Amino acid sequence: MKIQKILSLGVLSAAVIAGTASADVRDIRIGVDVPYEPMEFRTPDGELTGFDIDLGNALCAEIGIQCEWVVQGWDGIIPGLKARKYDAIMSSMTINEQRREQVLFSDPYITPPSAWFAPADSEIVTPDAESLEGKSIGVQRGTLQDNYVTDLYGDVADVNRYATADDMVLDMDAGRLDIAFLDFPIGKSTLIDSEAGDYKTVGEKISEPVKYFGEGFGIAFRQRDGELAEAFNEALSTLKANGTYDEIEAKYFGE
Amino acid sequence: MEALMNWLEAQLADNSIFTLQTLSYYGDGLVTTVQLVFLSLIIGVVLAVPLAIGRGSKKAWVRLPIFFYCYVFRGTPLLVQLYLIYYGVVFVEGIQDTWLWVLLEKPFVPALIAFTLNTGAYTTEIFRGAIKSTPKGEIEAARAYGMSWGLMMRRIVLPSAFRRALPAYGNEVIFMLHASAIASVVTLMDLTGAARFVYARFYAPFDAFLFVAAIYLCLTFSIIFFFRRLENRLLAHLKPAGN
Repeated sequence: MKIQKILSLGVLSAAVIAGTASADVRDIRIGVDVPYEPMEFRTPDGELTGFDIDLGNALCAEIGIQCEWVVQGWDGIIPGLKARKYDAIMSSMTINEQRREQVLFSDPYITPPSAWFAPADSEIVTPDAESLEGKSIGVQRGTLQDNYVTDLYGDVADVNRYATADDMVLDMDAGRLDIAFLDFPIGKSTLIDSEAGDYKTVGEKISEPVKYFGEGFGIAFRQRDGELAEAFNEALSTLKANGTYDEIEAKYFGE
Repeated sequence: MEALMNWLEAQLADNSIFTLQTLSYYGDGLVTTVQLVFLSLIIGVVLAVPLAIGRGSKKAWVRLPIFFYCYVFRGTPLLVQLYLIYYGVVFVEGIQDTWLWVLLEKPFVPALIAFTLNTGAYTTEIFRGAIKSTPKGEIEAARAYGMSWGLMMRRIVLPSAFRRALPAYGNEVIFMLHASAIASVVTLMDLTGAARFVYARFYAPFDAFLFVAAIYLCLTFSIIFFFRRLENRLLAHLKPAGN
């Protein structure tokens, strides 16, 4: 009994010393909204996986800290960060001015365009105010695609806002949506790759103007966690230099 | 009208969240919520009256299906019913090619069906209780006058049952208003949907939800006020004399 106590005390103090030794960056929790294939989703046996998850784990390993993933719905993801439910968000979050007022972003780690997706027999060729008039457009609520579609086509088309991308795909299958506006990689993997030939992309990929599409995806931190963001930026450039980043990218976006 | 708009715009000038546009989302949301709740309550009552009478029937084949309907819809969450009706119908093979799809394609009708069936079940139970508690003397008196069953229901049982059911039914109306907040999960832009949209767009939970809570409060207050007037009028005979 006594020996156990002494032992555990020893372990505890060792942990404390190790903790102070690794300086100011401690183990963190990262918030993520799943599913959003291929950026973050679950394997059939329930494991979290995806580009963000793999890259996030690689970054944490590079910094030398333990990272735990916390699943959080998209529309509460920034308030959750501020409420300290987790210390960072790595969930396909586009950097833009509005969000920058709320959170501190790392350097962008990927810049995917958005694209229109429609059933294979859709007659829409170039989506614009004229061809989208009276159509049902699907977007995920609170995303930049939501803002873009609402501002440009909110008056002429019927904008359906979904809590998750899954619900949107379900309604797309049901024939309730004429067209959906999504991050290109997500749309490609959920609609094009998984539904044999039922869907196609329509028009060009869109990543302008910066007002809506921002500068790419970034990891979000609380404003005061500058050192943490700095550590992630350094780790990111290391991973890009040593080829780990390219490996992960090829795994999810390779042809 | 233009002067009013200008005045409103000036009032909102240094407000980045509550612009005329977001206010119009709340306005549309208010219209959707009121439509949805009002229609489902009206249809629910129309359904509930015959069902409540049938629920007390002596014939098992009338009584049991109604009991089963009430049991299922009072025994499961409204959210689950809404999901089943909105997303579930899609899995009926070939439904997209039938005339039903015209109704079920947009989220409004599926939500209306779910809300109507739900409030119908609760209202049936409320009315059944009121009908059952009709004083025996009134029924005996009606029979003594030689009234048929239909006439007795119409003249004696139902009018007094409605009066007794009124306070409980007022509660059900308020519950229904609050339950309608889940309509936004099937993409319907009701009041809560508008608030969630504003919340997600400006990351301002307090502003978005306090504002919508205030609107719900106003709605609830008018419902309470309406039912109190109605009760004062219809239940006047139950008050102590000399009031």
